[in-house]
Amino acid sequence: MSKPKSTKKPAIFFVAKEREPLFSKKNRGLLKDPLDDNNPITVQVLGICSALAITVQLKPAVVMTLSVIAVMAASNVIVSILRNAIPNRIRIIVQLVVVASMVILVDQVLRAYAYDVSKQLSIFIGLIITNCIVMGRLEAFALGNGVWKSFLDGVGNAAGYGFMLILVAFFRELFGSGKLYGYQVIPDSIYEMGYENNGLMLLSPMALITLGIIIWMQRARNRKLIEKN
Amino acid sequence: MNRDSNAYTFGFAAAMVLVVASVLAFTASSLKDLQSENVRKEKMQNILSTIGIETDREGAEKLFNNYIVEQLALRNDGSVDETVDAFSEIKLAIEVKKDAKTQRFPLYVATVDLATYYIVPLRGSGLWDAIWGYIALDEDRNTIKGAVFDHKGETAGLGAEITQQWFMDRFVGEKIFNKSGDLVGISVSKTNNDPNDTDKDDHEVDAISGATITGDGVSDMIIERLQHYLPYLKATPADLAYNN
Repeated sequence: MSKPKSTKKPAIFFVAKEREPLFSKKNRGLLKDPLDDNNPITVQVLGICSALAITVQLKPAVVMTLSVIAVMAASNVIVSILRNAIPNRIRIIVQLVVVASMVILVDQVLRAYAYDVSKQLSIFIGLIITNCIVMGRLEAFALGNGVWKSFLDGVGNAAGYGFMLILVAFFRELFGSGKLYGYQVIPDSIYEMGYENNGLMLLSPMALITLGIIIWMQRARNRKLIEKN
Repeated sequence: MNRDSNAYTFGFAAAMVLVVASVLAFTASSLKDLQSENVRKEKMQNILSTIGIETDREGAEKLFNNYIVEQLALRNDGSVDETVDAFSEIKLAIEVKKDAKTQRFPLYVATVDLATYYIVPLRGSGLWDAIWGYIALDEDRNTIKGAVFDHKGETAGLGAEITQQWFMDRFVGEKIFNKSGDLVGISVSKTNNDPNDTDKDDHEVDAISGATITGDGVSDMIIERLQHYLPYLKATPADLAYNN
């Protein structure tokens, strides 16, 4: 014997499910968590390579962030749409193809409309595909979740990655070249008093140290991130 | 449908490849014009910057037409091949692989405030891939007015530093002929004991730490390319008039 009401099959399948608001608490979490509690760079320690490489100046960091957001959102959505059609045995290859073609698209568009930026990013654009965050989210999230959730997850994680990128680039450009976004912010009078830009900030080791300081500050503020042992 | 069957897997892969290939091909071909326009203007920008004229890409074309008075395609005996357009028809990447006799050597002549400059395009190999650039000679066809370098895939922070202004500035004022008039080019040197490049008669500039092979590539590229221009550079203005 079945219960009287629930056996009645609804005319349209998805109406019957209780509809989740577009920005329910859970969905907002998908966007928000990667910015802090579950940040891909400082907590999961993924995507460090590019975080070190393109944080010398703010501008490339911002462009890299936007590119990664575009690539991750698009490939998460595509893989999520296809998730029931992708043959299990070649799913990694399929993900790779999706990400690679998105990356090439971004590269081609940049080359046509933002040539200087594309020259600066040159190899790093290609490196988006090897960014563990992208493949990681496809495999861990998009393959098992709906389109909208996957989109939010992609945007959230890319934004979390980009947030760290921009933060590191801010300090490196400020102390390394006395500029922000290409504009000089440290006035000449301070240079005349004997201040000098710290050339070491422009080299990769200081990116790692800056990142380390950020991780330290984040954990000091957010104690639940501290590992027990 | 059985999503684990071989047929389905093959079918899916084939369909995916088809779709992806057509999307990418479509994008690439529809953006091609914009992209090659960027490359063309960048080339003008680079040529102009060797003679000290800095411009953005938008203004490059107008200034290029203003300052570059001649674009020559030279034969290796110094004579001019009138049938070839130096700017658009000579692709150095292809040209350098040819025999010196069949190569055409592009040369740009610029006039800025009554001074004449000779701009020689360069192309060679760095550590990983091609490097190229332009070098402008003063009216004496010996002293370097300015240089620009670019690369395809040198290591960021090491070899890629050849594109930095401080490195390119080191070439300014150096001379490509020695006192007895032989072409020696400019060596990127690790041992010249002249870190500020104040000695402009040593035919050497200070190398970049960690970029030895790229630096050697720059030295080789300069001498290799310049030697083909010897007949032109050594010729007196009277000879040139005769050749024309």
